Amino acid sequence: MADVALQSGKAAKELDRAAALKKFQLPDVAFAALTKGSAIMVLVILGGVILSLVGGSWPALSTFGFGFFTSSSWNPVTDKFGAAAAIYGTIITSLIALLIAVPLGIGIAVFLTERCPASLRRPIGIAVELLAGIPSIIYGIWGLFFFAPFLQQNVQPFLIATLGNVPGIGFLFAGPPYGIGILTAAFVLAVMILPFITSICRDVFETVPPMLKESAYGLGCTTWEVVKNVVIPYTRVGVIGGIMLALGRALGETMAVTFVIGNANRVGGSLLAPGTTISATIANEFTEATGDLYVSSLIALGLILFFITFVVLSCARLLLMRLDQKAGI
Amino acid sequence: MADGYVVSNKYSGRYRGNQIWMSLCMAATFIGLGMLALILGALFWKGFAGLNVAVFTQMTPPPGSSGGLLNPIVGSLIMTVIGVIIGTPLGIMAGTYLAEYGQHSRLASVVRFINDILLSAPSIVIGLFIYELVVRPAGHFSGIAGGLALAIIVIPVVLRTTEDMLRLVPVQLREAAFALGMPRSFVIRRVVYSAAKAGMITGVLLAVARISGETAPLLFTALNNQFFSANINQPMASLPVVIFQFAGSPYKEWQDLAWAGALLITLTVLALSTAARALSTSRKK
Amino acid sequence: MNISKLVAAAGLAMAVSVAPAFAADIAGAGATFPYPIYAKWADAYKKETNVGLNYQSIGSGGGIKQIQAKTVTFGATDAPLKGDELEKAGLVQFPMVMGGIVPVINLDGITPGQLVLDGPTLAKIFLGDIKVWNDPAIQKLNPDVKLPGSAILVVRRSDGSGTTFNFTDYLQKVSPEWKTRVGSNTAVEWPAGIGAKGNEGVANNVMQTKGAIGYVEYAYAKQNKLSHTRMINAGGKAVQPDLKSFMAAAANADWKGTPGYAVVLTNQPGAESWPMTAATFILMHKAPTDAAIAGEALKFFDWAYRKGDKMAEDLDYIPMPENVVKMVESTWSQQIKDSSGKPLWAVTN
Repeated sequence: MADVALQSGKAAKELDRAAALKKFQLPDVAFAALTKGSAIMVLVILGGVILSLVGGSWPALSTFGFGFFTSSSWNPVTDKFGAAAAIYGTIITSLIALLIAVPLGIGIAVFLTERCPASLRRPIGIAVELLAGIPSIIYGIWGLFFFAPFLQQNVQPFLIATLGNVPGIGFLFAGPPYGIGILTAAFVLAVMILPFITSICRDVFETVPPMLKESAYGLGCTTWEVVKNVVIPYTRVGVIGGIMLALGRALGETMAVTFVIGNANRVGGSLLAPGTTISATIANEFTEATGDLYVSSLIALGLILFFITFVVLSCARLLLMRLDQKAGI
Repeated sequence: MADGYVVSNKYSGRYRGNQIWMSLCMAATFIGLGMLALILGALFWKGFAGLNVAVFTQMTPPPGSSGGLLNPIVGSLIMTVIGVIIGTPLGIMAGTYLAEYGQHSRLASVVRFINDILLSAPSIVIGLFIYELVVRPAGHFSGIAGGLALAIIVIPVVLRTTEDMLRLVPVQLREAAFALGMPRSFVIRRVVYSAAKAGMITGVLLAVARISGETAPLLFTALNNQFFSANINQPMASLPVVIFQFAGSPYKEWQDLAWAGALLITLTVLALSTAARALSTSRKK
Repeated sequence: MNISKLVAAAGLAMAVSVAPAFAADIAGAGATFPYPIYAKWADAYKKETNVGLNYQSIGSGGGIKQIQAKTVTFGATDAPLKGDELEKAGLVQFPMVMGGIVPVINLDGITPGQLVLDGPTLAKIFLGDIKVWNDPAIQKLNPDVKLPGSAILVVRRSDGSGTTFNFTDYLQKVSPEWKTRVGSNTAVEWPAGIGAKGNEGVANNVMQTKGAIGYVEYAYAKQNKLSHTRMINAGGKAVQPDLKSFMAAAANADWKGTPGYAVVLTNQPGAESWPMTAATFILMHKAPTDAAIAGEALKFFDWAYRKGDKMAEDLDYIPMPENVVKMVESTWSQQIKDSSGKPLWAVTN
């Protein structure tokens, strides 16, 4: 009797559980599909971006062909557009920004990991992250109202007088001191990407096994020698990845640059002269571009920018992924 | 390190080199902190000077008169809400896929890679995309287009933090729930999400902080509006775009408002970042 | 309920509670040249009728583009479209107000209106051929002024601008070298200088940069206390930019005989004329998509013609003469029609 009761009770329970599980099956599958769909959405967005850029820039690219990349004329009236000046400005401001920010960033990271008293480490780290959090438009207006006049009054005349007369590189520092221009934009960009380089370098410097460093110290190395010969070679891949990430951000930066670049369409010449970058050109001219070819040329510039940053960021990600794998994540 | 020691000739060169390099590193830190002080100092000085009650209660003025920032503040709030409402669920769902369902799937690694690219992609390109997708067919600029552009910037941030936070939930919690017979979606929703809740909120806060300062994607999606408008189907003012317009102008009232707006944005971003950090450290404890 | 959602909800609540009930705004975009007066008129009109005018000062190029794309109710441009271009785009063009373009400089010790320049010298400066302030050509025009030897920093427009159109039109009339090397249009390949966005940007840059020279509509120079220069006009006399010299130039305009009212007023003859006077135009569709809003826009323009004169003159803009207003309004009633063919404007005498 108890057996029968137990058996029927168990059967009833199993029936219940199967029914209950079946009730969950649909939401379960739906949820899984929802998550997968959302993940695919990310790919769709990227695909959409690429498609719309390619589609929008097709008229310009087919009209100008390869000449679009080499021509530096940008004339909305005769409808002749060329991306050379914008590409040149984008690359040169970013490269100079890197030249300034990388030594500074690595220096700060070295200081924070090796020399900084422990109590100051966190506040300074937070302060550096604060720099990263400041929106780029604030860099732009600070650059326009404070930094550029400062450069114009104090730094640029000095540069023109000294470096402007050095044979060979003199032409890079020639010309009237506008205050705004390629060099100013590069300085502002450098301050913007400094926190990225610092935090990535600091994170990778902290992954160096203490034993490696202590062995070096035990051999009598100075702090700098430990950094130069142990820390940096060990983290070299991560540092390069971080630099490329910072480069990717610098290339795409719009607002910090637009205020201080000077909007002149030219390739080469003095660093103290105005220039333009891809994002500054688009930001300044898009809402007023008349004519299909003009709009299409601007979208083509966007495509070029996206392509350049895509390549740089992909390389950075691949490098950093390799580092993650090495660290066992 | 070598204080008080008698330094031999051979070592002194290395010692001096070390001193020089370490001083340079310290100098670099001072330069970095100095830049921060200069920028924040200028921002606070000029921003607070221009900040008053009118900034929150009056609309943007025509050139030469005084006014406030009411319409851009409200516009920014509305578009941020739209961006968060659209972007957060997508980001969380996609992050859930990557963390829970896709550890070994090819799709997951591709999505992860692409997401990291989108995270650092130039935001002006996102603006171009939304212009082609929404503004051109509609024939006019609108707040919803601006909100959509912001949503695309929110998604990668939320996806990344969601995945990272979900990954951190111990496997044992999941296994215990499975052992009790819960189906997978339930495990994720009831157990894992609760465990990772603080982290996911951190992600949303960081995303909001990120889009608060974005200007470029709004330039040709939401355009601008000098009057108060809560109509998302019309051009909508936003703080960053108004700052862009006002700072580039020669009118003193406009420049003062631009600095006040810049201060508001920075304070918002700082508050959100601090809240995010506080949430994540309290969770760690 | 997390913080950001709370904040957002509060914002929405505030928005909904604060939003007054108002009629839809008239949307316009275009020239920065007339922006100071349009903004003033819009403010006054809103106080009187509660109808708002949302004008985006993005440059004449932008105004033309936006009206062609039908994203705004009216476009504004100082570079008038020619008759055949108007026909092709289905647009009506009419002049709204006139003003003058002035060169502005930033030199210590030079007061507004003190420096004198003439057309060929101005052209050489913007060509980059004259590089320093105490160049003999400038010094010759200003024998009593002590000019520094510092570099001239040229500021010009980076965007598509009707102001640029009129400025370069003047330069090509007075300098054959400018005509061959650069030409005239809303955007040109500038040989020198930094590019700023809008009249506002040029004014801002000149204000920030010592030794700079730029060109702006006169209201911008006056409002921001920039030093303008005098110009030697076609009559050989050095004139100040003011209502008198602008009106002297505008008196020569042939509104009736020019299709689309597309009159260009640079380098007008006369001893009192300001050489860089310009009219600024409004563009509207002949068959607007939203007839109601287009009608509201016409009401605004009529109000500005009838009641906006004093406000315009306060900012040194010249209002359109009465006979031109009559011509324009009859053009409205003849050419701007809604989808059923009914004219949107009825001429009232």
